[in-house]
Amino acid sequence: MTLPVRAVRGLLALLLVAVGASCAAGPSGAPTDRAADGSPSGEITVLAAASLTETFGTLGRDFEAGHPGTRITFSFGSSATLAAQITAGAPADVFAAANEATMRTVAAAGLAEDPRPFVTNTLQIAVPAGNPAEVTGLADFADPARRIALCAPEVPCGSAAQQVFRAAGVTPRPDTLEADVKAALQKVRLGEVDAALVYRTDVIAAGGEVDGIDFAEAAEAVNVYPIATLRDARNPELATAFVSYVHGPQGRSVLADAGFAPPS
Amino acid sequence: MLIGIPAVIALAVLILPLIGLVVRAPWPRAWELLTAPDALRALRLSLITATVTTVIVVGLGVPAAWLLARPGLRGAGLLRALITVPLVLPPVVGGVALFSVLGRSGLLGRPLYQLTGFALPFTPYAVVLAQVFVALPYLILSVEGALRAADRRYEEAAATLGATPLIVFRRVTLPLIGPGVAAGAVLSWARALGEFGATITFAGNLPGVTQTMPIAVYLALSTDPDAAVLLSVLLLVVSVIVLVVLRGRWVGRT
Repeated sequence: MTLPVRAVRGLLALLLVAVGASCAAGPSGAPTDRAADGSPSGEITVLAAASLTETFGTLGRDFEAGHPGTRITFSFGSSATLAAQITAGAPADVFAAANEATMRTVAAAGLAEDPRPFVTNTLQIAVPAGNPAEVTGLADFADPARRIALCAPEVPCGSAAQQVFRAAGVTPRPDTLEADVKAALQKVRLGEVDAALVYRTDVIAAGGEVDGIDFAEAAEAVNVYPIATLRDARNPELATAFVSYVHGPQGRSVLADAGFAPPS
Repeated sequence: MLIGIPAVIALAVLILPLIGLVVRAPWPRAWELLTAPDALRALRLSLITATVTTVIVVGLGVPAAWLLARPGLRGAGLLRALITVPLVLPPVVGGVALFSVLGRSGLLGRPLYQLTGFALPFTPYAVVLAQVFVALPYLILSVEGALRAADRRYEEAAATLGATPLIVFRRVTLPLIGPGVAAGAVLSWARALGEFGATITFAGNLPGVTQTMPIAVYLALSTDPDAAVLLSVLLLVVSVIVLVVLRGRWVGRT
């Protein structure tokens, strides 16, 4: 079956025009323009660890309020998944990870500019409000009769959990290994598990729905959270401004209120 | 024939990513990665749960479709819309919905837990249940379509010749809608095999117990993308083999 030659030429011409038009238009909104007073403006995309959801949401809103003409879009998820997306070419301006290992994978690909720690976080046992299963400590995590949720070892809170169990000499018997820390927290909120190991900031963020239990070995696994602008950022000035804001007094105050500790 | 162009583009959209997957796979590491215990356990769990799900779905779905296709059923339109909901619901939301009924603190799950100490979430049964929830609508709608298209006069003739309704259903209706049931069953099996959102939410993820292939691939993506690609190719090959074999045997024939 042969296609009419004129039809093929017509389609090719249309295709070339479409490609040409999209190239000429360029990225929408000229991302690196500046406001009249010289402060950065435009839009940036920030990829941040799931445990930063509430704090970065607040920081983003405060930053936009203090810098009119800016817009910050967040994408929260497991740091491991976000790092994989960045190295696969996902467009983003800033990356904030829940541990240095995931940031290293991005830095190793040459895509992170000068990562620096901005907070640290430690683990805490989370139980449903009222602690119905009367969990007292890490040893309960080895009890097969209890329903336990842990983070998958591939993600930062999971690898921290492994360190903590090694330090305590406990072999946990989890019923599920969640793909990110918020999913593990959700199981506790729903009352479907007796306990989970999440960050202390997540317990605080869950308010009255979840109770937290401290344990001594938490200090053995401190997650250092680095933040960095990305090499392929489309708006590097705004990205740098946001990172400075996070390191600055307003950022430190919001993060401290949420239970994060300063980097040592 | 200009209609050839969109058709070719459609085929390209579907087939090129699969070819890319096979080309990108790190074949030198294939044996080491594919025979890792977790990979084989995930594959085994996926195949077993998908097959069990399909059996359940056919057993429940064919009678449901028969009910739905009865002429003069009041509220048929509403029922059909409700049955279609799992198709449009994001699977993770389906998982949360399953929690609300069958979780430890769910409507039915709480009495079950208090009476027997058993709760469904985080067990392989939960995997099957999540898969049934997402796959059942495919079968019901497929079979209902076949029932509507079937000629009712055969059933009426059988009834006038003295056959009881059960015999009519078994000996006349079922053979007539056989291809529709088979097509629906294959669709359900494929949908169950690929299910991710509802299973990871409701059944969780534990290697050897509830970690299906799609979950294994998702987790491998962030730490060992090569392994993720190979596991995907494995799932692809197994699916293609099953679908080709079944299509030839059941669905191709009239």
